[in-house]
Parts: sequence; C-alpha cells; structure tokens
Amino acid sequence: MTELARVDASFLGEAQKRSGQNLNLCYQCLKCTAGCPTAPYMDIRPNNIIRMIQMGMKKEVLESSAIWLCVSCETCGTRCPNEIDIGVLMDALREMAIEEKIPAKEKNIHLLHEAFVQSIKRGGRVHEATMLIDYKLRSKDFMTDLIPGMMLFLKGKIPLLPTFIKGKDEVKRIFESCRKEK
Amino acid sequence: MRMKRKLGVFICHCGVNIAGSVDVKSVAEAIGRVENVVHSTDYIYMCSDPGQQLIRDAIKEKGLEGVVVACCSPSMHENTFRKAVKSEGMNPYLCEIANIREQCSWVHQKEKEKATRKAAEIILATLEKLRKNEQLEAISVAITRRVLVIGGGIAGITAALDLAQGGYEVVLVEREPALGGHMAQLGKTFPDLDPALGGLLSKASELEGHANIHLLCYSELEDVKGYVGNFDLVIRKKATSVDWEKCTGCGICIQNCPVEYVSQFERGLGMRKAIDTLHPSSVPNKPVIRREHCHYYLDAGCKRCEETCPEKAIHFEQKDEHIEQKVGAIVVATGYDLFPKGDLGEYGYGEIPDVIDGLTLERMLAPNGPTKGKIIRPSDGRVPKEMVFIQCVASRDPDRYMPYCSRICCMYTAKQAKIYKEQVPDGQPYIFYMDLRSDCKGYEEFLQKTIEENGLLYLRGRVSRVYTDDGKVTVLGVDTLTGRMVEVSGDMVVLATAVVPSHGVKDLAAKLRATVDRHGFLTEAHIKLYPVESSTKGIYLAGCGQSPKDISDTVSQASATASKIQALLSTDRLLQDPLIALVDEGICSGCGICVEICPYEAREMDPQRGISIVHSALCQGCGACIAACPNNACELRNSSAGQILQMVETFIT
Repeated sequence: MTELARVDASFLGEAQKRSGQNLNLCYQCLKCTAGCPTAPYMDIRPNNIIRMIQMGMKKEVLESSAIWLCVSCETCGTRCPNEIDIGVLMDALREMAIEEKIPAKEKNIHLLHEAFVQSIKRGGRVHEATMLIDYKLRSKDFMTDLIPGMMLFLKGKIPLLPTFIKGKDEVKRIFESCRKEK
Repeated sequence: MRMKRKLGVFICHCGVNIAGSVDVKSVAEAIGRVENVVHSTDYIYMCSDPGQQLIRDAIKEKGLEGVVVACCSPSMHENTFRKAVKSEGMNPYLCEIANIREQCSWVHQKEKEKATRKAAEIILATLEKLRKNEQLEAISVAITRRVLVIGGGIAGITAALDLAQGGYEVVLVEREPALGGHMAQLGKTFPDLDPALGGLLSKASELEGHANIHLLCYSELEDVKGYVGNFDLVIRKKATSVDWEKCTGCGICIQNCPVEYVSQFERGLGMRKAIDTLHPSSVPNKPVIRREHCHYYLDAGCKRCEETCPEKAIHFEQKDEHIEQKVGAIVVATGYDLFPKGDLGEYGYGEIPDVIDGLTLERMLAPNGPTKGKIIRPSDGRVPKEMVFIQCVASRDPDRYMPYCSRICCMYTAKQAKIYKEQVPDGQPYIFYMDLRSDCKGYEEFLQKTIEENGLLYLRGRVSRVYTDDGKVTVLGVDTLTGRMVEVSGDMVVLATAVVPSHGVKDLAAKLRATVDRHGFLTEAHIKLYPVESSTKGIYLAGCGQSPKDISDTVSQASATASKIQALLSTDRLLQDPLIALVDEGICSGCGICVEICPYEAREMDPQRGISIVHSALCQGCGACIAACPNNACELRNSSAGQILQMVETFIT
C-alpha cells in the first residue's frame, strides 16, 4: 500500500524543540540501537524512532512501547557520533504522549515514573518505601517483586523513615516553575 | 645452433601472490638443472632492492650472459630488471621476463600442482627465447617539444596553462566557439559554494592571452599521424562566418539577428540567436553564425548582421580551414555528457516538462542563466514548493544503464537542495538516494552540515515511477529505513542522471589509436600506477573523458598530466625500445602489403631498391607487418619466428 510521505514537519519541529536535539543529524549508523540494553524488547528501535520522527509518523511513535521502555541509561547519547541525546528525546516523547492523552503502551512504567516524580516532589529525593507503596497502589499490582523487595528491606536497603534534603523548598520551586512554564 | 650463453633464473614469490600457488623452491631447483643455466634461485620480492642485488651479484660472480626473471607482467617490472642488469654491464635486452603471476599463479589459485608445472614451462620457454636474443641498443629519436590539448573545459584549460607556464608551446583545440566546457554552465560549486564562473573565467582569460598557447576554438582534430614525440596533426577550423581578428565582441550583430532557436547551452530553457557567442561571458567573446539556423544560408534572405557590424567583420563566404601542426604529446580532455533523454521511461524524463536533469537546474541557478538564478517550474514559471531530487538515475544499474557510480551526483544534489531551500524557505526538498558518497576533502562535512541546517529529507530507495497528476509531478518510491512505500506529490523533479563520455569520443579515440572501455571512457595505461597515461604512448588523459570526476579531481588530474608531459618533453631526444620490425632485404619482394597494413605509417617502399623499409622512429613493434608478409621477409627483433616456434615447442613437448 502506498502511504503519502507528506511529511508532517510539525512533529519533527516539536520533537526537536522539546528535546533540544537536532534530529536532522541522524545518519542511521545504528550505534544507539546496537548499544541499547532495552532495544531487544522495544517494538521500535531507537534509530527507527528518529527516522519515524523525520518522516512525521507521530501516531506510531507516541503509541510505541519503546518510548516507555527506555531507562535513560544514556548509552545511546554517550555514543552517538552526532551528539543526539536520545535519552532526552525519549523523555520529550513521553511528555508529548501524556499531553496528547495517548495511553502509555507500558502502563506500569508510566505509573512508576509518576510515583518516582511524586516522591521527589515530596522530599526532594526519592524515598524508596513510600515510593514503592505509592506505585503498588497506583498499579494495583501487589505481588510482583515482593520477595526481592522483602530481602532488600531485611538488608536495610529500603529505610523506613524518609530523609529530607536541605534544598527541599528549592526542589518544590522547580516543580512550581515547571508547571507554570507549561 | 644454440648459443652457449651462461644463463641465470630468478623466481619471485611476490609475497604469496606467486608462492601461494606455485611451489617456487621446486621450480628453482628443476630449472637449475637445465642446460646452460648456471644460477637458479628464488626470493620473496625480486623487485625489491635486495632482490635486484641478488641479480647483480649473480651476474658479477657467475658471469651470467642472460637473465630470466620469473615474476609479474613485464608491464610492471621489465624496466626495473633491465636497468638492474644494465648496471652490471649486461645488455638490457638479454633480460627477459617470464610472467608467472598474471598468466599463471593468479589464474590457477586452486590448482597448485598444475600451476607449478605451468610456471616451470613458462620459464623454460622464456629461456629458449633468451638463448637467441640479440644485443640491442635503444633507438634515439628527435622530438617536437609542443603539446596538443583536446578540449577546452576545466581539464584542458588547467593542463594547457600548466604546460605553457612550464615553457612548452601548447595548441588547444575546442569544438565549441568558447572555452569553459560544462563548468561554464554551473552556478555554485561544492563544497565551498564558490561561483563556478569566476574562477573559470580568470583561468580562461589567462589562457587566451598566454604567449605559449595557440587557441583554436570552433575547431576539431581531423587527422593524426606519427607517434610519441612526433605527431603530425591536421586540425579543421570550422567556418565561424565572422572574422575574429576584426570582431571586437561588441554584440551589435547578436542584438540585430532576427533568428531565435532553442539553446543547447541553456539546456533548452532559453533561446539563442543564429549569430551568437556561446554564452554571455564567453572567452573568447566572439560570435559564430550557425549556418543551419541563419536565414542568409537557408534562403539568402537576411544580412542584418553584416549590415550592422561596425567593424565589417561578417564574412559569409568564409570556409573551413585546415591547419597543420606538429606536437610531441597529446592531452585528451574531452569531458562528459549527461545520459540522454528518452531512455529513462519510468522517470518521465523528456516527457514531463517539470522533470529536468541536474545540469538544467544548474542553468537555473547560474546568475547569467535563463532564469537569472531563480528556480521555477519550466511548465508554468511557478516556484516549486515541493522539490524532489532523484540520485543514481541510470548510474549503478548494470542491467539497464550504467554499472558505475557517476561520483558527482551525491554532492551536487545536496548542494542544489541546499540552494533551493535557501531560495524557497517554506519549500520542502526530498531526495531519493541509494547511498550517500562523500569521499573527498570537506565533502562529508558539507553534506552533514547541509542536512543539519537545511532540513533536507533523504529517502533511501530507488524511485519506481514518476508521473503527472493534476499539475503535480508524483514520485513513487520506498523509504527503506522505515520500510514504507512513499508517494511524494512534487512540483518539480530533478534527476541526477549518469555521467557518460562526451559524444564523438569513440571516433576521436580511433584517430588517436587510444582505447576506450565498453562505456566509451578512455582507458588509462594502469589504473593505479599510470593513471594519466593512455595505453598509447604520447597520449595522455585528463578529466571526465577518463572517468566521471568532480572539478577538484579533474584539476588535480590535469596538473598531473601536464607534469608527466613536461617530464617526457624535458629532453630533445626520446629513447625508444629497439624491439621493432626488421626486413630481410634479400627476401622482400616489394609487394607493399606491409605498407598498407602498418597502423603507424612506419613502413615505406624504397623505390630505388624496390623493397619495403622500416622507419625505426615510427615502428612500435606491433607485429602486424610480420603476420601479413607473404614471404616471411619480416621479423620482429628478439621475437623472431625461430624464437617463437622454439617457445611453442617447449610448451607442447
């Protein structure tokens, strides 16, 4: 079937603006995908994400699981010969998906992100115990990773009491100004 | 009777090139037992200094009187070894090459035993030839220290200027009325976006005024005789119908000429007059009447140019002139054409007016062009909002068109797309490509910068069809990076069509006795080691006539050619191989068959003695006369019938 390659340059423009990355630079060397630890599980490989953005395939990109499976390890961005930070790009794409109200293909990953950010918002840094409870409540998935969690707890790796950072208020202000900017 | 010469055999391994398939040790041993062979050895690289030293030492110590080096083709190292034996006082023509690489080890890589046996046989046969070799001296010939350059494009201009600055007289022949070639048609050039015309014209003007250069525009080479060092030329200076001596280039005749026809130079985008210069900035800036369009010649109906010319320079009765010249070397810088229209059905080339080729777009981009630098649709003059470029059109398609890469298209397409995007900021350029090749200095950077800054959309895949649809030009193809079929509805399509040899090159090559490949590109003597020499001595190559190349490579090659020729012409006399035809005057009946058959005009009848003689300076030892002689009165020195038959016998026994 033929599809019109009438490129929706607005998607490319928006993705570039939000991520601060020049995606025209990509020459499809595939270094990003080659080193990506989660690429084998992605429905669209990182290099293809960039190509599809260039081709204006907004729907396919924002509905992909790939943007949610990215763990922001930054291997891609570190190795990219054209200095494209794909981790940052993935962040921007997730934001765009949320704004477009496109349900996340990996629902629980989205919820973990939410719980993570909320935890930072509360204390300026992540408090594992409350974050995990928050995540479990959001996802209603109580059993997964329960035993490893208990073992970590017994080793004292998940402290019960939260510690707060000195600049807690500043972190709050960052959140405030981010919301205003939107 | 066999001469009892003391012979030495030296077998080269050529690394593993020979030793990989030939058991060189056992061959050396076996050859060492042959009659009169007093020395037989092998070495990893005979052509290296220690290898040559082995030969020199053996000559000294064992008193060798003949040497066979079993190695690569004589075209590679015959000279090397002949020089080596000469330094020990041996006559260089007592050194023979047995080619056991190209003719043995390389073609029998999987048959070691057979290859070993064949190598031994080749050496044995060469030994038989060597036993009867004569001691010969090189023939010294006086040479003409002038050069003919064919073609006045950037290649010819560069070669001519280099030679002229080196102090040599140059005759430059250009078939068009002015210098410049295709470079005069270009707008800006990659990778620096330098305007093509500026640099070109300054070189052309320098050439026009150079005391050492005899410029013959609107002229063609009619006939060539002779050989390296001494070519006799006949050049046809076509009738311009204008006395260029009187003409001041004022242009009044052009303004007054009533006849207009479609301009080839403007690639069909503009008109020209029946009397006109090649282009507005021509060097020389002199007009020519094209008789096939001029009313004076068609029906004697118009003399407007003659009436208005203030210098009385129009000369309707002018005739073609035949100019004779003598030169010592010839540069062939005949350039290229683009793949012809009409043979590219699926691209709509030649049928859809808004499908043009790269050179036509260059005319649009040129400030002196028909659109004064503006990109517009030829069909309706509108600015194209969507512009499709297609690379590799008729290139890299061995089945239907040309198998080779045309080398310039990736870069000029990027350049054109960049200029388009700058001219039409809201326009979208699409580029269909197979690979992006940017292998010269600054090219990759230029390409990436262009893509980065100009938002070009590269689509990897060949186009299947181009057709018109509601005023648009629709292009069907695939983007292999996403695996989707794509359809681009464009306003205009630019085809990067294949670079092919300039028309008429085959006829010219035949006149020069130079060879062309199956596509019509002139062939070099050796692709790596002798890239600017043709396989015919004294004929040199520069520019796209040899293979597609960009301006930088063309200029480099032209300068290389010029310096090669300067080396050739640096002495008054040229030493030639004495391996030429020899007539047995007692047998020759004077039938004259050899005179007719000789391609170098080296055979002539001696009317007093009634026999045929050989001009040693012209004879190239091709052997045509020897094969043709009905009385066996002719022999080739050191390749006599007796020697050849002895070699054949060695092979069959």
